[in-house]
Amino acid sequence: MEHIPSPTVDLVSLAPVLVLSVFAMMVLLVDLYVKRDKTLVIFISLVGLLMTAISAFAKFDLPVHSFNDSYVVDELSVFFIMIFTLSSALAILLSIDYNKREGIRMGEYYSLILLCTVGMILLASSTDMIMIFLGIEIVSICLYVLAGIRRSDPKSNEAALKYFLLGAFATGFLLYGMTLVYGATGTTKLGLIAELIREEQIASKPLMLMGIVLLIIGFGFKVASVPFHMWAPDVYHGAPTPVTAFMAVGPKAAAFAAFFRVFAEAMPVLSPSWESLLCIVAVLSMFIGNVGAIMQTNIKRLLAYSSVSHVGYILIAVIAKNSLGSSSLVFYMLAYAFMIFGAFGIVILIGRKENEMLEIADYSGLAYKHPLMAISMSVFLLSLGGMPPLAGFVAKFYIFSAAIKEGFVTLVVLAVLNSVISFYYYLKVIVYMYMKEPEGEFQISLAPMTVFVVVIAMVGTAGLGIFPDPILYFTQH
Amino acid sequence: MFHLAFLVPLFPLIGSIVNGFFGLRIGKKAVGWVACGTVAFSFLVTLLMLGQLLFTPAEERLFEQTLFTWMAAGDFNAAFGFQIDPLSMVMMMVVTGVGFLIHVYSIGYMHDEYSYYRFFAYLNLFMFSMLLLVMGNNFLMMFIGWEGVGLCSYFLIGYYFEKKSACDAGTKAFVMNRVGDFAFLLAIMYIFYLFGTIDYTEVFHAAPEKLILGAEPVTIITLLLFVGATGKSAQIPLYTWLPDAMEGPTPVSALIHAATMVTAGVYMVVRCSVLFNMAPFSMSVVAFIGGGTAIFAATIGMTQFDIKRVLAYSTVSQIGYMFLACGVGAYTAAIFHLVTHAFFKACLFLGSGSVIHGLHGEQDMRKMGDLKKHQPVTYITFLISTLAIAGIFPLSGFFSKDEILYHALMDGNTILWGMGVTGALLTAFYMFRLVFMTFWGESRVDPHVHPHESPKVMTLPLVILAGLAAFGGLLGIPLVHGWHALHNWLEPVLHFDMASTLEHSKHLLHEVGRHAPHWEALLIEPEENIWIEISLMLLSLTVALTGIAGAYFCYVKKPGLPDELIKGQWGYDLVKNKYEVDEFYDATFVEPTIQGSLLLWKKGDAQGIDGAVNGVAQILGWCGQQARVVQSGFVRNYALFMVLGFIMLLFIMFF
Repeated sequence: MEHIPSPTVDLVSLAPVLVLSVFAMMVLLVDLYVKRDKTLVIFISLVGLLMTAISAFAKFDLPVHSFNDSYVVDELSVFFIMIFTLSSALAILLSIDYNKREGIRMGEYYSLILLCTVGMILLASSTDMIMIFLGIEIVSICLYVLAGIRRSDPKSNEAALKYFLLGAFATGFLLYGMTLVYGATGTTKLGLIAELIREEQIASKPLMLMGIVLLIIGFGFKVASVPFHMWAPDVYHGAPTPVTAFMAVGPKAAAFAAFFRVFAEAMPVLSPSWESLLCIVAVLSMFIGNVGAIMQTNIKRLLAYSSVSHVGYILIAVIAKNSLGSSSLVFYMLAYAFMIFGAFGIVILIGRKENEMLEIADYSGLAYKHPLMAISMSVFLLSLGGMPPLAGFVAKFYIFSAAIKEGFVTLVVLAVLNSVISFYYYLKVIVYMYMKEPEGEFQISLAPMTVFVVVIAMVGTAGLGIFPDPILYFTQH
Repeated sequence: MFHLAFLVPLFPLIGSIVNGFFGLRIGKKAVGWVACGTVAFSFLVTLLMLGQLLFTPAEERLFEQTLFTWMAAGDFNAAFGFQIDPLSMVMMMVVTGVGFLIHVYSIGYMHDEYSYYRFFAYLNLFMFSMLLLVMGNNFLMMFIGWEGVGLCSYFLIGYYFEKKSACDAGTKAFVMNRVGDFAFLLAIMYIFYLFGTIDYTEVFHAAPEKLILGAEPVTIITLLLFVGATGKSAQIPLYTWLPDAMEGPTPVSALIHAATMVTAGVYMVVRCSVLFNMAPFSMSVVAFIGGGTAIFAATIGMTQFDIKRVLAYSTVSQIGYMFLACGVGAYTAAIFHLVTHAFFKACLFLGSGSVIHGLHGEQDMRKMGDLKKHQPVTYITFLISTLAIAGIFPLSGFFSKDEILYHALMDGNTILWGMGVTGALLTAFYMFRLVFMTFWGESRVDPHVHPHESPKVMTLPLVILAGLAAFGGLLGIPLVHGWHALHNWLEPVLHFDMASTLEHSKHLLHEVGRHAPHWEALLIEPEENIWIEISLMLLSLTVALTGIAGAYFCYVKKPGLPDELIKGQWGYDLVKNKYEVDEFYDATFVEPTIQGSLLLWKKGDAQGIDGAVNGVAQILGWCGQQARVVQSGFVRNYALFMVLGFIMLLFIMFF
């Protein structure tokens, strides 16, 4: 029998995963001993995320490959870990007051967010398809539970159920795709796949092409791109608002990281065959997302559709597949994190116990009662629409330049056209805030932690827009 | 002095922040002081810089100030920086100078408004964006300002948000402008793609060496830029938002929708004159769209009865003139007309505001008449500006319009010249129609309303602007053979060496093995001919006087005549309904989008979570009844969609 070599173990490069897993379990244990007051649990979670962020820098001389080339620490993964920890921390901060208000008392909630983050880190750092699959499953399972965490709320249940059923369906596609790629190449390691493709005539194997199609569906579902987006509006709508914000940023970023690694890094040689597919998916996502958002009357659904259209823009970064593509992907996700958490922060602030105030009409006249909140919301929405000099504009511009550089002119034209359309529905919310008489009373209690998140998001959105340079520099080096 | 450039936009920004956040607390008086004071400071700094620029040798009149690097990615670099040169200086003077007067006027006009502070906060924010637009030293800076002014314009049009029409007008303006912005952004992308930079100096320096004269790249760039300009400057086909924008307060119409923002497109074209010079096809497009808009809008202006709408169509028409000038290469004339137009049109709008103020909100000219005795100051200033726009010697409009017509003819294009002259005739007619209906004849004012003159804070800016409208022509009086002060001033910015560009293009074409077309015609400089110029002046004076006489005849001598003339004319109804362009756009662009979205919403969405919630019991009892849930329809539909998507992708992959 052949001797099976033991993989190269490098626990230091795995440090963020280990640290965060330990903290997640700690949170679960501590939760047994605290009663209703979750302050300690929250504190431990936040410390855990901070330690994770720090431990991400444990390795120098990047990139470092370990575990037999199935795990990598490189600039991309480090930067993504920063985004994950940031978004998870913001999600936890948003949850503090929201959970109190809505009566969500489970301590598992926080540990699930942490475990989900572990999955995201694995996903963004994997260079082996098996690992990618594991990462996706860890993330997904946590999300299924988080979406349905409000057990007494039928909407929340429905969201979780739909997400779970469709997610299982999509996982089938993904796994099948991986199997076919394995069948065609004989390996699951992305690095080896890249080499094999370059050397041999695998490109034309139907097995490989079929595998690529299935992979696109699997990833496409996880990032909620058209036509695999149908779950997103329902799930975003039904899930508790902080979880919605969390889902819109972290897991999506992680899936994009894997998407980028598999397609842009491992299979650039095959790009003639997958490029056109992704282009279609991207264009459809932009159009269906934007047109779908126009008629929405519910702010969470509106943001859900808008996020579908943003997926379309981000896919362009994957299609561009150059180094500018990867750094623009990272920058976009960071900018998107700030905008989305800001917008959902305002959504949470405006809601109250008996009425979450999720209809856009509920925002009527906000500018006259709470001008600062209306301004912040406008800034987030305008940034999502791509108004200069806010973060969203720089991010879009950056992605478009990456694509232009590779000569995807039509794609960029369509994307710019879409960002024009998108203004219409963002503006609709602003119209309600500034140009309608207030319908009912706003009873807003300025929960300090939520306000804190909004302030951070505001600083991020404006800061990344006006002074993007330091971060841009960092994404490239 | 030039290192103070950043102060110019900074002051209004401070004013906006102070008024926006503390406006309610500091009281009306302070709000007015802050708003006007900050703009006055900007104006002073601009004046100081103007002084220094005058004492700088002509060829060194370019100063760039980089505050910080905005975006740098790979070889791409965009600075947050300003550029002071003769062109931006002219624009800064107009924006801060006219802007200041309109701010002062607004103190009186908006005095009874509840949210006075909100108005001034927006107005100051507008000044900030507009100054970024004209002062930026690269295309992205211009784009920031471009979007910023659009946003402020949107907020100010919708200022009277109680009126639904105001909200709709604001949204319409914003969305239509986005169409133009879309093209503008593409142009920036394309410029970046070709040049690897978006800095004005670098692009305009490299263009003659890198691009081939009249080839596709430069033509596409300039056409995209021009589409952007048609959006902001309300030209065919994107002009319909401007008349609706009159729903905003009158000072806004004067500042944004007459003097400054809507002329940004002209500024942009002049700024990119190097590129336009290299694209003869785009130049003709610009000229014909401009000339066409000039006539088209003027005809609509003749049929409107709302005093502000007449002025709005007049603005559209006059900007058409500016583009006509750009299109025939007379960039100086375009800027000259931009400046004089800012003076007289601001005065006209503020004058109409004074009339509306005196009549407590009446805007329909059929309910005015004989106001000259009640509002003498308004009347005199209004008359001076009307004479100026009609092109009567020696007021400013005479010189600027005449210069445009002269260049159009000299360029050898009699059609364009004919368009210009026709437009001038129509302008004189509809402007005096306005004057006669408003200030002359019998009073048709509602007997309960007692017209009164406006307070000093409003009439003083009127007087100053009327003075500028009268004497602004001095800037461009032809001293010797059509060379004038403004021309010399702008010369360093507009300088373009056609001969060497031709050589470069020939060389580039030669390299790819193609022969250069016959470009020699481009090199011919029309000779200055003082006699043609003088006879043209006399002609346009005659045309203007004819228009005025026509209006006098129709609206003073025989006031019943127009009604008889138009009776039963389908043509009149068509023009009065603004050629049904709005209806056309609604039917072709707006409705399909809304229907499409509605369809998606009804079919794909409305049954989404709301529908399924009706089956709460099912879902709660999920554990025992998975089968039923799966069959409840919705999830199955979604999964079906995924499979369809799968089939679609497979199809594309293998066929």
